[in-house]
Amino acid sequence: MLSRTAENLYWLARYVERAEYLARTIEATLRVTALPNAYIGKTNEWDSALLTAGVSASFYQVHEEANERNVIDYLSFAAENPSSIRNCIENARLNSRSVRTALTGEMWDTINSAWIDLQEVWSKGTKTREDLTKFLRFVQETSLRFDGSAYRTMLRNDAYWFSRLGVHLERADNTARILDVKYHVLLPEEEHVGGPLDYYQWTSILRSVSALTAYHWVYRETLKPWLIADLLILNDSLPRSLASCYGNLVRNLDQIGVAYGRQGPSQRHARGVRNRLEHSHMDDIFQHGVHEFIQEFISDNSRLGEIITKQYLI
Amino acid sequence: MAVAFDEMNGPGGDIRPAYQELSRWLKTTPPDALEYRRQEAELLFRRIGITFAVYGDAEAQERLIPFDVIPRIMSGKEWGILEKGLKQRVRALNMFLRDIYHGRDVLRANIIPDDLIFQNPVFRPEMNGQDVPHDVYVHIAGIDIVRVDPENFYVLEDNARTPSGVSYMLENREIMMRLFPDLFARHRVAPVEKYPDELLSALRSVAPLSATAEPTVALMTPGVYNSAYYEHSFLADKLGIELVEGRDLIVKNDEVFMRTTEGLKRVDVIYRRVDDDYLDPLTFRPDSALGVPGLMSAYAAGNVTLANAVGTGIADDKAVYSYMPDIVKFYLGEEPILKNVPTWRCREPKDLAYVLDNLGELVVKEVHGSGGYGMLIGPAATKATIEAFRDKLKREPEGFIAQPTLALSTCPTCVESGLAPRHVDLRPFVLTGSSHVTIVPGGLTRVALKEGSLVVNSSQGGGTKDTWILDE
Repeated sequence: MLSRTAENLYWLARYVERAEYLARTIEATLRVTALPNAYIGKTNEWDSALLTAGVSASFYQVHEEANERNVIDYLSFAAENPSSIRNCIENARLNSRSVRTALTGEMWDTINSAWIDLQEVWSKGTKTREDLTKFLRFVQETSLRFDGSAYRTMLRNDAYWFSRLGVHLERADNTARILDVKYHVLLPEEEHVGGPLDYYQWTSILRSVSALTAYHWVYRETLKPWLIADLLILNDSLPRSLASCYGNLVRNLDQIGVAYGRQGPSQRHARGVRNRLEHSHMDDIFQHGVHEFIQEFISDNSRLGEIITKQYLI
Repeated sequence: MAVAFDEMNGPGGDIRPAYQELSRWLKTTPPDALEYRRQEAELLFRRIGITFAVYGDAEAQERLIPFDVIPRIMSGKEWGILEKGLKQRVRALNMFLRDIYHGRDVLRANIIPDDLIFQNPVFRPEMNGQDVPHDVYVHIAGIDIVRVDPENFYVLEDNARTPSGVSYMLENREIMMRLFPDLFARHRVAPVEKYPDELLSALRSVAPLSATAEPTVALMTPGVYNSAYYEHSFLADKLGIELVEGRDLIVKNDEVFMRTTEGLKRVDVIYRRVDDDYLDPLTFRPDSALGVPGLMSAYAAGNVTLANAVGTGIADDKAVYSYMPDIVKFYLGEEPILKNVPTWRCREPKDLAYVLDNLGELVVKEVHGSGGYGMLIGPAATKATIEAFRDKLKREPEGFIAQPTLALSTCPTCVESGLAPRHVDLRPFVLTGSSHVTIVPGGLTRVALKEGSLVVNSSQGGGTKDTWILDE
């Protein structure tokens, strides 16, 4: 397949995944900021939303302070924010047009019709909270439809595998970013200082990766911060955990390797990261520092992106 | 201008045979049912993403071509004549091109003047003496046909470079079959769906000798921002070939390769939808970022086939057009089956004088123009426009031809007030492979939606219709 096609498929999937994640983050932040101050403390949740989206620096170039209105606008609609939901959707559509021949009709239809419907949102904006919620839901549903149609309609060949690589690489990055910003509320009991206020922070983290219900099924326990960290980092039954993402990355890279009859640096690198996750225990991670662990993961993950690009996409 | 010939309500007002069934159906179908289907069709088009871009129109970067749900119908007998005429014309076009870039018998026989070729910017000296596989230059031709009465077909234009519109022929049919299954059940409409297969086999049949038995074909597009991009991706998909841009291709040792996830892969035939000028920055426009450096040397080495060949513009030049009947006779020794529209060549003083005296009644076209741009339609033009054209004609007469304003035939069309006759033309697509010429029965019918308008170009507010050839 053309390198450019593979590149477009990979980025298309990343953009859609990122749009969904941003929508979830905004939703979770709205929820937590709606609580009375006594439950959540004085942290600026909108500021951490910017941090988890990785756009804090560029935001503060144009804004003085982060508040509900300007952060939602920046994350959802701002043209100057290259990874706003709007730019993600526009880029996803542009990528889809460039690789139409590699997409199934259902996938194209999902992106194209979402793009058509969203033109109205771009031009009118969301005036009420209801509009906003509808919009955020719509973005998440679009991503679900896109993922579902890819899963159900694409041939299992390199086109599919490259698009999966985009999904899982982006997903791993998103989960790791939340952990990076919020790690301090996830430290084991004896180490952290927040107290009961953190309870709502924990639910908020779980919500932004749609894992609140999953938590209860896996641990059958009340929320414990170290278990949340365990779920998001090491539990490979949770689709958004780092372990699960790397299981998938390794699998898809292996499929490509088999189809092309050749393994390369990206297969090796992904396997290395996966093995580290597989052989880690939460105790050790806490001992050596969650923050360091996550930061190292984020840099390994973006390194994998670069290696894949070099090996296949250019 | 006389009242135009209507293809449904014939000259005497009697419904013509091919339209009997449709006419009955229309009488029993309420207008709002048609309107409802029209809206449904528009929705489908938009969702499929069948759009085109109008250059210089920032508002509508992607626009839909209006689709009219009333089919245009032709009898199998009418089509039979047309088909024969088209094959004859395209055979002659290919022989003409081979001759122009080789022996030039046609010039020595004084059929057309030398300077019309050698002074012509679309003549490509790079092609002199270059052989192309099976002597096919125009693999895909779009011949624009109009009619003014029940008997005669006229060729309005030959499109021998990168004719577009075939995706509309195919998609219009798909959508009509989805919206009007009952109407199809009442007719025997010849299918058009074989076009992609026929195109692919024509392209594979002209692969260079150095290609393997399974030649690799790719479709080359200028990219997403090209006005016909949808068509390019549509065709690549239907043919099951890669849709490449210039940056996906690389030339090494006079062979063309595409960059794939598994390394370089040789390309044997390129169905290119990029104009000559932009193909290779080393040979043509050095500022072109769309092309592939070295492509022309791979072409000259015979390691890649370009479809259509380079330099075919000389065959669809409007000044050369006026000689087509003689060209057909010269190469084939046959009378042309399809007529040419009478044409005044403004390069000839006698013709120019006539044209200047009758500007108000004539259509004046730029020799190298296309898309309905740079055209004067005398009867519809203001005095000022006519005078502006008079100046242009005097300054550069060789840049123009003129034709009588034809009363193009009309077909019933949905307009706001109900059904009304609107002018139409037809672009059938003629494929030439190594051994034969094929045409799927039908083509793209374009319709001028504005009342009285004769301009059917989509860039100028024209729409399209499905074209039915009845299989009797």
